[in-house]
Amino acid sequence: MENAVGEVQNVLLLGGRSEIGLAIVRKLLSPSARVVTLACRRPDEAAELTQSLSRTGLSVEAVSFDAADTAGHKDFLADVVARHGDIDVAILAFGVLGDQQNFDEDPQSAVSAVHTNYTASVSAALCLAQQFRQQGHGKLIVLSSVAGERVRKANFVYGSSKAGLDAFSQGLADSLEGSGASVLIVRPGFVHSAMTAGMKPAPFSTTPEVVANLTVKALNAGQRMVWTPGVLRWLFMVLRHLPGPLWRRLPLG
Amino acid sequence: MNSDYLQSRLTGWGLTSPSYARTANVPHGEVGEHVKDSSGRGIVMRGLGRSYGDAAQNAGGTVLTLADSVAQAVLDTEQGTLTVGAGVSLHDLLQIIVPRGFFIPVSPGTRFVTVGGAIASDIHGKNHHIEGSFGNHVRRLSLLLADGTVKELGPDQDTPLFWATVGGMGLTGIILDATFSLIRIESSRCIVNTVRCKNIDELFEEMSHGDDEHRYSVAWVDLLATGAKLGRSVLWRGDHARLSDLSTKDAIDPLHYAPKHLATVPALVPSFGFVNSWSTAIFNELWLRKEPHRKVGTIKNIPAYFHPLDAIGSWNRLYGRGGFLQYQFVVPFGQDRTLRRIIEMVAVSKTASPLVVLKRFGESNPAPMSFPIPGWTLTVDMSCAASGVSELLHSLDSMVVEAGGRHYLAKDAHTTPSVIRRGYPRLDEWKAIQRAVDPSGVWQSDLARRLELI
Repeated sequence: MENAVGEVQNVLLLGGRSEIGLAIVRKLLSPSARVVTLACRRPDEAAELTQSLSRTGLSVEAVSFDAADTAGHKDFLADVVARHGDIDVAILAFGVLGDQQNFDEDPQSAVSAVHTNYTASVSAALCLAQQFRQQGHGKLIVLSSVAGERVRKANFVYGSSKAGLDAFSQGLADSLEGSGASVLIVRPGFVHSAMTAGMKPAPFSTTPEVVANLTVKALNAGQRMVWTPGVLRWLFMVLRHLPGPLWRRLPLG
Repeated sequence: MNSDYLQSRLTGWGLTSPSYARTANVPHGEVGEHVKDSSGRGIVMRGLGRSYGDAAQNAGGTVLTLADSVAQAVLDTEQGTLTVGAGVSLHDLLQIIVPRGFFIPVSPGTRFVTVGGAIASDIHGKNHHIEGSFGNHVRRLSLLLADGTVKELGPDQDTPLFWATVGGMGLTGIILDATFSLIRIESSRCIVNTVRCKNIDELFEEMSHGDDEHRYSVAWVDLLATGAKLGRSVLWRGDHARLSDLSTKDAIDPLHYAPKHLATVPALVPSFGFVNSWSTAIFNELWLRKEPHRKVGTIKNIPAYFHPLDAIGSWNRLYGRGGFLQYQFVVPFGQDRTLRRIIEMVAVSKTASPLVVLKRFGESNPAPMSFPIPGWTLTVDMSCAASGVSELLHSLDSMVVEAGGRHYLAKDAHTTPSVIRRGYPRLDEWKAIQRAVDPSGVWQSDLARRLELI
């Protein structure tokens, strides 16, 4: 349960190795925190990670979770709840960026990326929503992306999957109104992390820590949407309406 | 049965940590049906919602209020006892009993609490140093158990369950009705002595000597003052006025009782609220100056002396959208240094609102989860938007339990399970009794989940 100043006790990170996800978890840790569950594909490789998060009074656990295996989501969540009780905050942070050129050459790889980014997210979010409705409380953080705001040619498979996830999450948020559950959609720009290592940073690039800071602030303020950094909101207000010929010529990689 | 429920967003009086539950207002006869109908998320009772935190919330479960009427109360003038439904408020009771020459045995800072809540929280008042908490005055009560049966309990009838229910935060069953003893009064006025103290030393000195000569004693402290003025305060000590204390005008209708309602704070308070260190500093200065340095024998009526804040409806809105919390703890006598250090830390942090109260507790009662133990209890209201408030409270929490003190569950909205475990050494004893009467977990609340009480 959450206390009066919004400190939470039980956090679930889906995509337990996500740098942004982990930065958000770190921001959520307070003396009130009791349980952190890192759901990742290879929990045995996360020992160092759980070590780095652990502190007295807090149990950190890495558990096996395959996002792409949507059929297993329900049982997975039931198991987490059975062991640790109500989930206060769940972070939907799994996803693959992929490479557009690979997608072009191997459409099947694009399908699997979209499956993870969109279909699996829809499945996990709906399972969480059901749990939150039953609990009468709970906050879901969805890592969307500005890439979905106006999809560009350099990564339109990834961008379209995030656009779908973003739209889905807005609808989910509205459907949860009055249930005690809420959804916060995070739209980061280019974030320096393992996922983007070696790529040319886009303008207004940021770090997982900045994204986490703004996200937790927005969460405590009860907002439904947060752009990180905030300036991207205004930038994309313009970009969204650029005429096509101009948009296509922009040097956005 | 399902159709009788409303889906409601509930918070405590502090307006923090909202959660959703299905709610219903039910007459005594139907409570059993609702208990049978409860989902896996369980049930908790809610009175008037004056607990500051999440004690009367049950996310995803059921929250019931008792439809009770004061008209069914039975006043035994010979024994000086009152038998009444647990859903009746002290506000309603007072209107009946004061004109007949009786007063409630324990009066908290607000009369807008129910009898059931008063027992479940084992509330205390300004007379704790003499007369203990509410549970000390309960003669009997009937408790609806998780299996649907109703049990009669009292200090000499099923004693362990009785004392587990007193201060049990509604987690042993539903208190349906209770009989408790009243105080006999000659008048509805109080005779009050006022002392203004320059600093904390003066206040400790004053309270340590002379509290026992008065039935009621409480001090207001300016928790923004630091340095030489640290703990500057006003101490009020009083007793029920006798007929002979009254002026001839007051003596015409000595038991006159008519609490006034001055105003209600509208829902239009801006999100940042009106309570901050600036407004508090101004208020505290004026509040202090309006009091005499030392005055004996002021006559005040019951609402003015016991429930001054009740004259203003929904005053909790003044704190804005972030809400507020009331931090209340007790440290044993002899831990004055810890208390002083805490007062210093709060004063320096500038997080306190004007509502700060210091009081000396007397003996505790046998209830394992009852809050009062002999010692000093400090109560501080704080806006949740005040910067650093959470870090401050976590540090105070450790200081309090290290000094052998504890926190008041009816007020708590912030602390952790380990602090409660350390503060209440008899928690496991209580849990064993609780589990025996509720093996399947029918009684649940957000507070119980957050602090791992069950």
